[in-house]
Amino acid sequence: MTTLERNEKLIQLALLMIALSAISILAIITLFIFKEGMPIMFKYGVNKFLFGLDWYPTEQSFGLLPMIIGSLAVTAGSLIIGIPFGLACAIFLTEFSSLRLRQIIKPIIELLAGIPSVVYGFMGVIILVPFIREHLGGSGLSVLAASIILGIMILPTIISISIDSLQAVPRSYREGSIALGATKWQTTKMVTLPSAKSGIIASIILGMGRAIGETMAVIMIAGNAVSIPHSVLDPVRTLTSNIALEMGYASGEHRQALFATGVILFIIIMILNTIANATAAKQRTK
Amino acid sequence: MKRKLLVFFLCLLFLVGCGRNASQKGITVAGSTSVQPFADKWSEVYMEEHPGRVVNVQGGGSSAGIQAALSGAADIGTSSRELKPEEKVLHEIVVARDGLAIIVHPSNLINNLSIEQVKQIFAGKIRNWEELGGQNKNIDVVTREEGSGTRGAFQELVMKKVRIFRGCIVEDSNGTVREIVSGDPYAIGYISLGLVSEKVKAMNLDGVKATDENIITKKYKLVRPFLFVTKDEPAGETKEFIDFVLSAEGQELIRKEGLIAAK
Repeated sequence: MTTLERNEKLIQLALLMIALSAISILAIITLFIFKEGMPIMFKYGVNKFLFGLDWYPTEQSFGLLPMIIGSLAVTAGSLIIGIPFGLACAIFLTEFSSLRLRQIIKPIIELLAGIPSVVYGFMGVIILVPFIREHLGGSGLSVLAASIILGIMILPTIISISIDSLQAVPRSYREGSIALGATKWQTTKMVTLPSAKSGIIASIILGMGRAIGETMAVIMIAGNAVSIPHSVLDPVRTLTSNIALEMGYASGEHRQALFATGVILFIIIMILNTIANATAAKQRTK
Repeated sequence: MKRKLLVFFLCLLFLVGCGRNASQKGITVAGSTSVQPFADKWSEVYMEEHPGRVVNVQGGGSSAGIQAALSGAADIGTSSRELKPEEKVLHEIVVARDGLAIIVHPSNLINNLSIEQVKQIFAGKIRNWEELGGQNKNIDVVTREEGSGTRGAFQELVMKKVRIFRGCIVEDSNGTVREIVSGDPYAIGYISLGLVSEKVKAMNLDGVKATDENIITKKYKLVRPFLFVTKDEPAGETKEFIDFVLSAEGQELIRKEGLIAAK
């Protein structure tokens, strides 16, 4: 073996170790959450955790259903707001705007991603919450407020990845379509968007991941009530806020119950990601 | 490149060393967010008068403070609720008393509630201000999160065995509860009396105004102790700080800030 070959092997090994260490951190986190969270779930019954309505952890009552629904509601709400705006923006910037405009607007949108979530939450409390309270009723701290703020927070993710995937569609597709007599919008709708579908779905998955995991902004504007919301104006608590809100004070079984919350959140995210990846893969093979 | 890295690591080591030195001096006070602003005040004046002494004040909550005292992570834990039986191994020192104020928006027309009415509101039995003689608007009930000392005291003093209902808005500090109530004309919440500002209105309870005098004469019922807890008998710097807190000067400081002296 020459020195060159040996060096090559060494580098390979080193890279492998580094890659494994990244994965092992994930494994350690997973193991730790499950180790801390599972015993209490089995002690009081997984059903009680998943379908219980009452969350009074200091009285051994650990129902997480309102928060599971809360997380899903807020995430769905943010997607309802984020997807149309994000897609429209991405389509405009790739298909209809001039290159110069795109070069100005895209970095500005990406700047949105750099604003800390606590600032979004603060803006929500100062501007959005009073607005909702005065014009729509309720306390303003609500599913709606959280959905709007999260919808804005996931915009940069959706827009920049969608733009990349729209730009990756070969120019010849568009030229072909226009040569057949299609208008620009018809081309976008029938040729460009379907070809970029898997990238767009990926952007939505990433946006969804950000929305379901967001904590700080949601704590500030969602009201954190542990009850199943009956309307978009009702306050709601998500799984992530549950952990962050009570972490400081929790001890004993209460603490374990928060880890159990983490377990459920972990599983929900796994399920959502699997579904989303499967759809994306399906689209790609089409 | 290698040299640069070496310099970088040396700097890092140096910094770590410094950090250690700094934290060895001084004592740490951690716990209740209700006690924190007053502990800050104490430590500020104490450090001014005793140059070279360092007192670090941290939040985290009553339970966290008690845990920190038990584990030795903090020299003094602070709590705004009574110790539970299993926590009684700690040394507890009452450093102040605090009233619990039921607060509403200043524009609220109602000035007086009975403790029973407050209980009904937080139990979710009374949902509309009209039932109390106010406007026909839903009550936005704001509470603290499970495990908070203020919530613990409220539960003990007002709710007794009844649960706070599920639809309450939950906030994680006295400050945010006050912020929400000061912005929402139909909200009600409870915070430490010392933190009531002109932005919110403290309710009279059973016709008794929430004042220091009424607390001292025991007319105002919602009063809780502020505790310092230590793992062992306080000694050295810890004892010195606690003595300062209990001294006439220390007690005067918190009286100015709206609390009631320990004795």
